[in-house]
Amino acid sequence: MRSAGRTPLWLLAPAAVVLGALFVYPMWQLGLLSVLDFRQAQVSGGQPARFVGTGNYAQLLGDTQFWSVLNATVLFAAACVVATLAVGAGLAVLLTRISRWPRLLLSLAAMAAWAVPAVSGSTVWMFLFDTDLGLVNQTLGLSGLNWMYDRYSAFALVGAVVVWHSFPFVMITLYAGIEAIPRSVLEAAAIDGASAWRTFWRIMVPILRPLLAIVVIQSIIWDFKVFTQIYVMTRGGGLAGQNLTLNVWAYQQAFAAGEYGLGAAIGVVMMVILLIVTLLYLRTLRRSGEPL
Amino acid sequence: MRPGRRLLDAFAVLIALATIFPIYWMVLAAVKPPGEIQSLDQRPWTLAPTLDAFRRVVTVDNFGRYFLNSVLVALVVVVLSGLCAFLAAVALTRFRFRLRTTVLVLFLVAQMVPVEALTIPLFFLVRDLGAQVPGIGLNTLGSLMLVHTAFTLPFAIWMLRGFVAAVPDELDEAAQLDGAGRFTILWRILFPLVAPGLAATSVFSFITAWNDFLFARTFIISATDRQTLPMALLVFFKPDENDWGAIMAASTLMTVPVLIFFLLVRRRLVAGLGGAVKD
Repeated sequence: MRSAGRTPLWLLAPAAVVLGALFVYPMWQLGLLSVLDFRQAQVSGGQPARFVGTGNYAQLLGDTQFWSVLNATVLFAAACVVATLAVGAGLAVLLTRISRWPRLLLSLAAMAAWAVPAVSGSTVWMFLFDTDLGLVNQTLGLSGLNWMYDRYSAFALVGAVVVWHSFPFVMITLYAGIEAIPRSVLEAAAIDGASAWRTFWRIMVPILRPLLAIVVIQSIIWDFKVFTQIYVMTRGGGLAGQNLTLNVWAYQQAFAAGEYGLGAAIGVVMMVILLIVTLLYLRTLRRSGEPL
Repeated sequence: MRPGRRLLDAFAVLIALATIFPIYWMVLAAVKPPGEIQSLDQRPWTLAPTLDAFRRVVTVDNFGRYFLNSVLVALVVVVLSGLCAFLAAVALTRFRFRLRTTVLVLFLVAQMVPVEALTIPLFFLVRDLGAQVPGIGLNTLGSLMLVHTAFTLPFAIWMLRGFVAAVPDELDEAAQLDGAGRFTILWRILFPLVAPGLAATSVFSFITAWNDFLFARTFIISATDRQTLPMALLVFFKPDENDWGAIMAASTLMTVPVLIFFLLVRRRLVAGLGGAVKD
């Protein structure tokens, strides 16, 4: 590593320009919009935007739908994260204990599920669970049951698709991590008579902690802001908006209802929650002595 | 071989089959004749495979155009994002400068920002830019390319950093002593050595751009010939009866390029993810 005048600045410039224009500036704008009365009339320039301070936020917090959507978002995301991590980590460990061909088969299957675009995956699962023509209903003899009518079964189905799409990343990352652990360490544990369970918690987990951090944070970020699956599978938020999550709701408020200021306020709330969750997680990591 | 292992093998195969089943079902439904698709007896095989559904899909207005648009956006994003990330990664690993750590942390934080929340300001930004910069406004592919380049950059930089760091310092220092210019060092020495890492990061940028539904839906509002693939798919959803055969055929067509991309960089991808461990 060397110190050399302006060279690093030139090298960073392209990334900085792109990120500044399409990341930092929009974030500032989002905050600004959230304190304005900004609707269709203001968009078309017919009326000037009016500063309303915390007005949009007050309106949000006073809205019972906000609390219900917030609640649903957090529970849905948490359930998806836990399920994704459990399935992904479990299968990563499984991969280390099986023969070559099953291992290749499982990793290829996971890669394939990972590669399927969110829109495609959503449509296939919709077809599998279709009321009359779906394989699931026909097999289980539930013909006529619409999984999307009930709030919980609709969320469960979307959640299943989300986990199906995202467990491969967790599985393959953790498997690559486990494979990178020196054999001698695991052999020493085996000689000392450590059980598989103990080896996992006492040796693999601590070594893999930085990687686990990446996987957990990515899962939180992905699952908290699932958009495509919900939008496509529940047709924009489910019956009477029963399957709305924060970002789908923000989108609907802004682009369907023309309430851009309110939509921006929802966006800010979402951003704040995600930052808090991630920072809390990073802090617990730091406390456990992890240099991140 | 212990019996326990055989049991685990069987379990793994079972999981693999369950994981792949929806994909099988998608392809199967795409080649089933309409009579079988609409049957109240869905069989896990077909007696008369046909490419009829694919024909319906590719003859829909502009489908080829949608496909081309998606490919174009994804490829440009892979190149732009890879290029910017490569330069930034070199800056962050090869040079010591003020605020280096701050810049690194900022990139990490940028990864946590829910980009979906930025849809609204980006919509206005793109709309306003369109009036000034040709090729970037609403209803342009340029706006999609730029947005996805930005969103894939932080992750790409973090991932590439490890790969650049893995190239010994002595190598480019020696080249410098031999009189190689900065440009030569960058493109003739570092770039080829980091190429495998770029392959791994490109998977992520490709998928992000290819999968995008939200921004295409938001930015491309009226120019139908600038739409990308996910929108083409929705054409076959009807209020009365969905054309499942066509939906599955279009979904399959949308999946194939990503699968190919994945298989091409499979080994590099695993190595790349593993490399992040040691970093």
